[in-house]
Amino acid sequence: MANPVSYRVETRTRASGRAAIAAAALVVLAIGLPAFAGRSLLQDMFVILSMLTLAQCWNLLAGYAGLVSVGQQAFVGIGAYAMFAGVIFWGWDPVPAILLGGVAAAVLAIPTAFFAFRLAGAYFAIGTWVIAEVVRLSVAQWKSLGGGTGTSLPREATSDMMFVEPIASLFGLRDAAARDVLAYWLALALALGTIAGVYALLRSRQGLALAAVRDNRVAARAVGVDAQRMNWVVFVAAAAITGICGGLIYMQTARISPDAAFAVLDWTGYVIFIVVIGGIGTIEGPILGVIVFFALQRLLADYGSWYLLILGVIGIAVMLFAPRGLWGLIHDRTGIDLFPIRRRLIIKK
Amino acid sequence: MIWVDTIVQGVLLGGLYALFAAGLSLVFGIMRLVNLAHGDLIVLAAYLILFVVTVLGVHPLVAVLLAAPMMFAIGWGLQRLILTRTLGDDILPPLLVTFGLSIVIQNALLEGFTADSQRIPMGAIETASVALGPVSVGLIPLLTFASAVLVIFALNQLFYRTSLGRAFRAVSDDPTTAQLMGIRPASVFATATGIAMVVVTIAALYLGVRSNFDPTIGPARLIYAFEAVIIGGLGSLWGTLAGGIIIGVAQTLGGSINPEWQILSGHIAFLVVLLIWPRGLFPRAFD
Amino acid sequence: MTLLSTHGLTAFYGDFQALFGVDLTLGAGETLAIIGANGAGKSTLLRSVCGLIPAASGMIRFDGADVGALSAPEIMALGIAMVPEGRRLFPSLSVEENLLIGTYGRKTQGTWSLSTVYDLFPVLRERRHNPGTALSGGQQQMVAIGRALMSNPRVLLCDEISLGLAPVVIKDIYAALPRIKEGGTSVIVVEQDIGQALRVADRVVCMMEGRITLEGTPARLTRAVIHDAYFGARV
Ligand SMILES: Nc1ncnc2c1ncn2[C@@H]1O[C@H](COP(=O)(O)OP(=O)(O)O)[C@@H](O)[C@H]1O
Ligand SMILES: [Mg+2]
Repeated sequence: MANPVSYRVETRTRASGRAAIAAAALVVLAIGLPAFAGRSLLQDMFVILSMLTLAQCWNLLAGYAGLVSVGQQAFVGIGAYAMFAGVIFWGWDPVPAILLGGVAAAVLAIPTAFFAFRLAGAYFAIGTWVIAEVVRLSVAQWKSLGGGTGTSLPREATSDMMFVEPIASLFGLRDAAARDVLAYWLALALALGTIAGVYALLRSRQGLALAAVRDNRVAARAVGVDAQRMNWVVFVAAAAITGICGGLIYMQTARISPDAAFAVLDWTGYVIFIVVIGGIGTIEGPILGVIVFFALQRLLADYGSWYLLILGVIGIAVMLFAPRGLWGLIHDRTGIDLFPIRRRLIIKK
Repeated sequence: MIWVDTIVQGVLLGGLYALFAAGLSLVFGIMRLVNLAHGDLIVLAAYLILFVVTVLGVHPLVAVLLAAPMMFAIGWGLQRLILTRTLGDDILPPLLVTFGLSIVIQNALLEGFTADSQRIPMGAIETASVALGPVSVGLIPLLTFASAVLVIFALNQLFYRTSLGRAFRAVSDDPTTAQLMGIRPASVFATATGIAMVVVTIAALYLGVRSNFDPTIGPARLIYAFEAVIIGGLGSLWGTLAGGIIIGVAQTLGGSINPEWQILSGHIAFLVVLLIWPRGLFPRAFD
Repeated sequence: MTLLSTHGLTAFYGDFQALFGVDLTLGAGETLAIIGANGAGKSTLLRSVCGLIPAASGMIRFDGADVGALSAPEIMALGIAMVPEGRRLFPSLSVEENLLIGTYGRKTQGTWSLSTVYDLFPVLRERRHNPGTALSGGQQQMVAIGRALMSNPRVLLCDEISLGLAPVVIKDIYAALPRIKEGGTSVIVVEQDIGQALRVADRVVCMMEGRITLEGTPARLTRAVIHDAYFGARV
């Protein structure tokens, strides 16, 4: 009867072990990509990676913390504008000025959270959207940054940008192409850093608490999880990364306007589709989602508004018939977890 | 005197927003459904009216009478086939599905009617104005406001004086027990959405007569509508009118100081109200 | 003559089986009491009969027709009305509106109308414009019964109408039962209070763990037999 039972707790799965090796190889490949890829591929990869970063942030909010924000464009926009402000007013180099975007977004997130956390459910969604509109309209009043029509990064700022010289000489490229390489590397670092950060958070004690809150708010409170504090941490962190991403995106475009930088469709709408189609509440989902999103965009590029129409239909269909997204379908079929979070008890007799 | 004029114009503008919001308020109040496609449905109805006007050559008011039943059917079908599946405690499915719907409608309209902006022609009445005490107001804004009051009055009568209205409230309270009364929640919800779409058609008429519209303007209208609904309090139709008026007055006041502040001041009024009353001005006692 | 019957009825909540082949009959004009401890499956049985939860297997016959596959509104329209456990008045409706909504799915002529319900429970007439939920527990129970009667049902299902009420109030409510039967309605009352059940019923059924364990007329059932059926046989 009283067999001694030893056990250990694991989150690793065999798939995740193999995936880790594959991922490491993939990362090395990704870092080396500029050595053999053309400019247009790098530009595409830049878009994919920055959308992936935004998607991971929104997924953290909506999929794990239950904060369904429709106002993430506020942080993209403010991050982008802060980067521009750093360059134009204080003469910063655009690359470090990107971090300024993260700071500005985090600062904006504080009053936003203070206000929006008083609202429940749908009110939260609408509230965040209205705040983003307020920020957009206010920024449009900022005349020295071009007001409603926007402005461009000064030519000397982009031409003397940090790291561009060494990259140019390393690969033997012109400056413009070297800037694409730089933007690509930064986007890669940001996306990988975000995924790593989200994964670390979810595996930590706080992450477990977050999942507990998502699954059962009352029970979580009963065992002493402070849901409100977790929400604050997640909201501000997601805003900061979103802001950095905004700064990076507009470093690459080098031209900004309030309507573009605060576009609800581009920075929240598409992001929501990416997360939902890929699979909300998983780290794998947004990765899969961004690939599908981009493939569709390419496939339907010649069909104008049909592209968005089909995207909308796919989004609706996934939500209705496969609410856990494509990754949910794959996971149910195969049981694969690339980023295992659930702890499993391994009992040895 | 200029202030009185500004405020009167604001109140009348509030009527337009209340009209945008009334259908939303009805649906939100009954089934807690956040319909992000509401603004696009208004635009869709505007195109429908325009289409009827152009093809049949009838007056826009007649076109509304023809478009309203079609919109009722669209709303009924939409609820029955799609929206009903999203109802539940989780707010994500309705948000995402209606967001998808919004994009589908916008782009379908772009395909069908191009991005050119349109207007519903009303003839001389468009520029007519009447003296209202010391201020002169446009006839169309006045009609808009009167229609808003009328629509909200009618919806209230329906809600509180009819057997269908009782069913709306009962299903909203407790759908399971409502079934024991012989009520089919899905069909009651479909009827409610159908009625909301009739209101949307009326709103669309004024949208199309008062200003130009194109397939993409829905979301901007939606945000005012939501503000009006939330300020008013969940399920309170007169509250929605009050909310619309608050947004409208805030916009004209802000706009009179600096035209660029018009939209901004409406949003700020919304945030201030919500900061003080997170559940709106006239929330239901229970929820 | 049998009006309502179940044959081998089973029901599940997810994976959890709550009914294990229940055979039940209700004659026209009969009052049947179902007794049993908490969790015995009484409410589940009523919910299956009125269509709120689908029967997993077995059959439900009403007036000669198989009604097992019908939805709750359809069954209600055939003439089976339910007073749900916990009364479940609609909070946004006044007392009178709560009564009126009872006729939503079935507009019939018969004994019961607003005025006869008010005659049955006069206190409701005074409070007819109050919100249903502003009433005392006993009065709320009267509204719930009146609401079910408004459709002039042929079968009335009452789930624990004495739950949480003071003995005097329970007496008042049960005093209405003879008047309800006079109108020709057959009644099933679910009760945990055995004494109450034995007093009003023509026949008593006892349930335990999703099965019927005893059936008989009140006169033929002794306390000891009921006790065994209720709690399981004594060891
Ligand atoms: N909604 C439900 N979900 C899961 N199990 C339930 C549900 N309702 C009742 N049960 C279970 O079914 C069994 C029978 O419940 P019920 O019919 O309510 O018993 P009774 O009415 O006799 O007290 C109980 O074990 C109860 O826990
Ligand atoms: Mg029970």
